[in-house]
Amino acid sequence: MQRLYRKTNIMYLPVLLLFAVFVVYPFFDGIRIAFTNWNGFSRQYDYIGLANFGRLFSDPNIRMALLNTLLYGFGSTLFQQILGLAYALLLDQRFPGRTAGRTIALLPVFISAVIMGYMWYFLLQYDGALNDLALLLGGGKVLWLSDPGLAKALIISINTLQYVGYSMIIYLAGLQSIPASYLEAARLDGAGSWKCFYRITLPLLYPAIVSSVTLNLIGGLKLFDIIRALTGGGPGYTTHSLTTLLYTSYFGNQNAGYAATIGILLFCMILLVTVLTQWTARAREVQF
Amino acid sequence: MDGQGQGGPVLRPRRLAANLWKLGLTALIAAVALMPIYITFIVSLKGQTDLSSHWVPPKVLSLANYLWAIEIGRIFSAFLNTTVITGFSVAAVVLLSSMAAYPLARNATRLNAAVSTFILSILMVPALSLLVPLYVLLLRVHGVSTYWGIVLVHVTFNLPVSVFLYMNFIRALPRDLDEAALIDGCSIYTIFSRIILPLLRPVTVSVIIFAGVAVWNDYQFSLYFLQKPAIRVITLMISSFFAVSGTDYHIAAAAAVMAIIPITVIYVFLQRRFVKGILDSAIK
Repeated sequence: MQRLYRKTNIMYLPVLLLFAVFVVYPFFDGIRIAFTNWNGFSRQYDYIGLANFGRLFSDPNIRMALLNTLLYGFGSTLFQQILGLAYALLLDQRFPGRTAGRTIALLPVFISAVIMGYMWYFLLQYDGALNDLALLLGGGKVLWLSDPGLAKALIISINTLQYVGYSMIIYLAGLQSIPASYLEAARLDGAGSWKCFYRITLPLLYPAIVSSVTLNLIGGLKLFDIIRALTGGGPGYTTHSLTTLLYTSYFGNQNAGYAATIGILLFCMILLVTVLTQWTARAREVQF
Repeated sequence: MDGQGQGGPVLRPRRLAANLWKLGLTALIAAVALMPIYITFIVSLKGQTDLSSHWVPPKVLSLANYLWAIEIGRIFSAFLNTTVITGFSVAAVVLLSSMAAYPLARNATRLNAAVSTFILSILMVPALSLLVPLYVLLLRVHGVSTYWGIVLVHVTFNLPVSVFLYMNFIRALPRDLDEAALIDGCSIYTIFSRIILPLLRPVTVSVIIFAGVAVWNDYQFSLYFLQKPAIRVITLMISSFFAVSGTDYHIAAAAAVMAIIPITVIYVFLQRRFVKGILDSAIK
């Protein structure tokens, strides 16, 4: 049997070939491009050494985009966990309407993020739905997307609201894997509901928390669609993330070499954050 | 929660009150989730001169915006492009990843352990960070704005998770199956295609949903790799409405409503499978 299985190895060759052509080769070619001043279309370019990498450190837009990327990643992750867990705790209980609640809460997850961004635009534009409410409540119209701080908060909120259902489903599955007898025993011992949650539910949800945090974090750091739809990085460069800045550098400013360098920065950052999250998760896992 | 099976007359009002609370909160969750869709729908029904509140439906129902959206946005051509790209990508992902998973799950050699690790490490590579060199590569092989170009890119970046899902699933299938078929005189490839492949149906559904949703909703890859209007997918069609200044947003809203209809309908009918797809790919 084992000898026969050996013959099956050729079955993964197509996959390896695709990875070689579309991941490994571009990865190294990207590093090469990062050493050039190529504009993205002309046949002529020069190798300029580490100039692009040096520029990363002096470019204020990069610093802004890097901070925003972290803000979007960690901000959405935090809110998604709090809200997702709250949704799950509510919709885990038996009452009429919970199935419909789950269905609707999960729906936005499957809608394209860029379309979701444009749909929110109808709420946020100057003559939009939110300003209709503001007027109704006696306030003045607000320029929702013109203030960098407010725009960033909105980007985080909209991303959170779109993907909170994702965390909810992971937490619901986690909650359902906790044997009811644990909570009953604790209650018989006189533990209140807060104590039950804090001492039993939360620790037992740990694997679900790790999955959800990891996925949300990577999703948040790669955020692109919503930013493109809502602010396009503006006003100025204030709401850019590394992903949108990369796009703008390439297609907007025709600086392919620099865009490739931003790609390398993005790669390193996501790798670092993912590895750190996994390490922290594993280190804590031992305690339980 | 309180008193299972003993909902006596005394407890009932209390339980009703608790349920009302929960129902209220659930309604709030639903309202927040549906708000952008609702507003977009209202906008899509109104004309440019209608300055009434976005929260109130129009007095006269008009589908003119939808007709304009179909004409200006060439929505059906965008739907067709998206369907073709999604169909081919998902088919290739299912075929290639189930094939790749079989030896990796069954033939536990050191080489194959290394191959699995390599495939899993690709998961960590954010496709976005490779966009510049990928674009250059496709430019060189004339793959920009072609079906095959974008399909190959989609397939590549959906493969790692799928291989992983199939690998886990095949590992749980008893090896006796393979051996019994072998005794019956099947070749090892027939064992895979006749015995194993049909058993993979549950995980295949998850892979189809996972990869299908990712490809159908994609904007980033399409924005880079599909630059000719003729090969525009649905997300690019929507964004093109907003890229041009002076667009009638009511028409754009109608286009957005139409764009989300297919996936919403499929989701509502196949909910359970969508949830399973999420859980399969999320919890590793």
